[in-house]
Amino acid sequence: MQNLIYILPEIFLFIVATVLLITGLFLKNIKLINSLSIFSLLVTVILIFNQPFQSAFLNSFVVDEFSLVLKVMIVVGSIASLIMFVSSKDDLNINIYEFPILIIFSTIGMMVMVSANDLLAMFIGLELQSLSLYVLAALNRNSLLSSEAGIKYFILGALSSGLLLFGISYIYGFSGNTNFNLIAVNINPESLGLIIGIVFVLAGLAFKVSAVPFHMWTPDVYQGAPTPITGFFALAPKIAAMGLLVRFLFNSFGEIYIDWQQIIFFISIASMMLAAFAAIAQTNLKRLMAYSSIGHIGYALIGVACFTDEGLRSLLIYLMIYLIMNITVFAFLLSLKRNDGYFENISDLSGMHKNHPLRTMLIALIMFSLAGIPPLAGFFGKFYIFVAAIESEMLFLAVIGVIASVISAFYYLRIVKVMYFDEPKEEFDGSSIRSLNLLYYPSSILIIIFFIYPSPVINISEYAIQSII
Amino acid sequence: MSEIPILSILIFIPVVGIFFMLLIRNNDDQSSQNLKHTALWITFLNFFISLSLLFSFDLNNPDFQFVENYAWIESGISYHLGIDGVSILFVILTTMLVPICILASYESIKFSVKEYLISFLALETFMIGVFCSLDLVLFYLFFEGGLIPMFLIIGIWGGERRVYSTFKFFLYTLAGSVFMLLAIIYIFISTGTTDVETLLVYNFTSNEQLILWIAFFTSFMVKIPMWPFHTWLPDAHVEAPTAGSVILAGVLLKMAGYGFIRFSIGFFPDASEFFAPFIFSLSVIAIIVTSLIALVQEDMKKLIAYSSVAHMGFVTLGIFTFTVQGIEGGIIQMISHGIVSAALFLCVGVVYDRLHTREIARYGGLVSKMPFYSFSFMIFILASLGLPGTSGFVGEFLVLLSIFTVNTYFAIFATTGVVLAATYSLWLYRRIIFGAIIKDDLSEMFDLTRREMIIFVPLIVLTIFIGLYPKPIINIIEPSTEKIVNQIKMKLD
Repeated sequence: MQNLIYILPEIFLFIVATVLLITGLFLKNIKLINSLSIFSLLVTVILIFNQPFQSAFLNSFVVDEFSLVLKVMIVVGSIASLIMFVSSKDDLNINIYEFPILIIFSTIGMMVMVSANDLLAMFIGLELQSLSLYVLAALNRNSLLSSEAGIKYFILGALSSGLLLFGISYIYGFSGNTNFNLIAVNINPESLGLIIGIVFVLAGLAFKVSAVPFHMWTPDVYQGAPTPITGFFALAPKIAAMGLLVRFLFNSFGEIYIDWQQIIFFISIASMMLAAFAAIAQTNLKRLMAYSSIGHIGYALIGVACFTDEGLRSLLIYLMIYLIMNITVFAFLLSLKRNDGYFENISDLSGMHKNHPLRTMLIALIMFSLAGIPPLAGFFGKFYIFVAAIESEMLFLAVIGVIASVISAFYYLRIVKVMYFDEPKEEFDGSSIRSLNLLYYPSSILIIIFFIYPSPVINISEYAIQSII
Repeated sequence: MSEIPILSILIFIPVVGIFFMLLIRNNDDQSSQNLKHTALWITFLNFFISLSLLFSFDLNNPDFQFVENYAWIESGISYHLGIDGVSILFVILTTMLVPICILASYESIKFSVKEYLISFLALETFMIGVFCSLDLVLFYLFFEGGLIPMFLIIGIWGGERRVYSTFKFFLYTLAGSVFMLLAIIYIFISTGTTDVETLLVYNFTSNEQLILWIAFFTSFMVKIPMWPFHTWLPDAHVEAPTAGSVILAGVLLKMAGYGFIRFSIGFFPDASEFFAPFIFSLSVIAIIVTSLIALVQEDMKKLIAYSSVAHMGFVTLGIFTFTVQGIEGGIIQMISHGIVSAALFLCVGVVYDRLHTREIARYGGLVSKMPFYSFSFMIFILASLGLPGTSGFVGEFLVLLSIFTVNTYFAIFATTGVVLAATYSLWLYRRIIFGAIIKDDLSEMFDLTRREMIIFVPLIVLTIFIGLYPKPIINIIEPSTEKIVNQIKMKLD
């Protein structure tokens, strides 16, 4: 019984989700269910803060500083996408009350993921998260694109889960344990089977964070899924999978980091470079953001590859800034509405600074921030990543990183170009975006004034990593 | 006086101005007029505050003054500001040119006035910040941050090929600068600090120096710009609106020259000495080649842009002699070029506003219609080619003097640049101002308006004042320059 206290937030969310599922059947009031979901997620944040740091269930579920910070970030991402949902559900034709509930289920899965300290707990969390996401991707039943996205995501996701499970079985077979700490104790550095296991697990996890060469699903799913869901894909699951990756690699295979380091090294470089080049040719904003997120994951993986305090710290700083930037971008995408239709092409932004000066100025600055231009927050994210890379003598990664950031500056600048330099088109509607402004303005202003007082983010990251190394 | 954080005030007044601007509506002529006045007063205020720097500046103190130091990101990276004799003049140059730019765009900017002025104010913040910061990360922040407003200024209010030019400008300079970022991070990790004052007395090993020097050099080389990486400059100048060109030539190029003096030779004297012949060669090639290219230009702005590259060649020549004369000459050359080339772009802007073309062949015989304009243009052309009695002469003379003491061959080649400068400048002047009026529309040209007079008079006064009596300027620069040279000598021994 004692153990149950340590998973109180998860239990609470589970009960809420179940109750809401039943209520929804009779009530059919999506707005109410959505508001209740947001409220219960806020309560979850309080519960997360009040949890004692302990490991539970025979050390397979850990509550520590690292999981606390990541869980809060995940819940923030979920709340953001619920706000996006409520402001666009009528126009996107996704009046389905299961949406907030599926988000909550997926959030539970992610919370389990970042706390998992055992291969089985990890797999359970991952599957709960993934299955909810498959359904979410295909939520818009009337849209061919959405169904295609869902099916694609499901098939590839199932394959990657298979790979992951295959890897887990190898690791279990060659180390005799499923607990991360016990694996670390009983590790046999010479064992080839263990390496094969790591490779397969990493392949599965790379799929979840959409790192090259397992990124193929990302553009299609991003484009096909309804925008609030795409926003959710970009925000929470990436953070959760990254946290899981860190715990898996650092806790159980810290001793043989030389072996996995080169894998991360490769997928990091491949992600940065491929995203930088592939995004140039995109015309759809959501596809572009898909490649952009692949690139950002590449940078974040540099932090993992370093295998140092600095690296982990920079990873967390990067993820936090990434989260805030993406909230802004997706809130922005949902405000591109004209005559009850949403626009997703870059060319639709043409000349929008004439009609929406302030909104355009902010999003242009966010684009510069995504490109990593100082003094915006995105620069500091990259700065810390490069500090970590150079400190652990991975100059090559840092050089590739800066080159990729120059190339990717091109496609971010292209958006600024279209918004500012091209001939203006019709105005966008401004009516339904009031709740989006709640996300859009605070997050973009946070990004812009970040440089004045960056210490909180850095302190939080330092607080979070103390339990890992 | 030392209690007031005067440098922070200088840096952040434009930011406060931006907030004011955001509050003003921008929907009719009246309000856009208000916006322009507001921006003008804000930048004027900044200019007067920066003048107060001059009065409270201690001429005999070679160290940094008006120092502010606050904890910022973490230990080692702090918000550290301060100016010495090298940087104070650049700060004043900046605060002087920005109101002039805003005044110059009163008539020529017709749309999106608010965004335009906000971009300029933001740019001023970044430019002053570059010259004041005594922390490498802070420096980089300002150095790169300036790209954002400049990108928008060229891209939104520029000429026909503005998109191509502004992308080229942005990506060129960004690609150059990212290696400096890596170098800064390396310095931060190996020394534990990015504080400039600490690093100036730190001794890097000679291997480190070589690599780090190259990294800093790529950034500054693109920015200043040196041949063969100067090609973004003519494009950016030609497409930028007049005020954009003025700021680009007047201040943005100087950031790189300042960087050479402060960082390249200050931190890495061994490497600088090792690479000096390389720099000399590039500079001499730049002086001769770009002067020849300038000779065949048919676009006025392009001609002046290429002449800028040649003038910057003199600056790098002077800096890398490591003599007091050379560095002083480089600084004065930069200040003078900041005034003169800015004025030349303004001159082009004046006729462009009337006839909407920059093609040299479209003009001719303006002297009979625009006597005041012809007079001002003449002063700046003569200053640009380095006539004694103008500001251009002082800098070039000091640089040539110092380079003769170091290497005669480079000096001889560099001197030919002076002749070439005379050729292309005077030829440009002849084609535009003299001769008979052939084109009909030229007969309707009117002379300088009062607003334009207000712009040109201070620039003319400064050009001639510095040319005739450079002593006050040298007095400001000399102690700090001597300190830099002594420090280099000490490190080299």
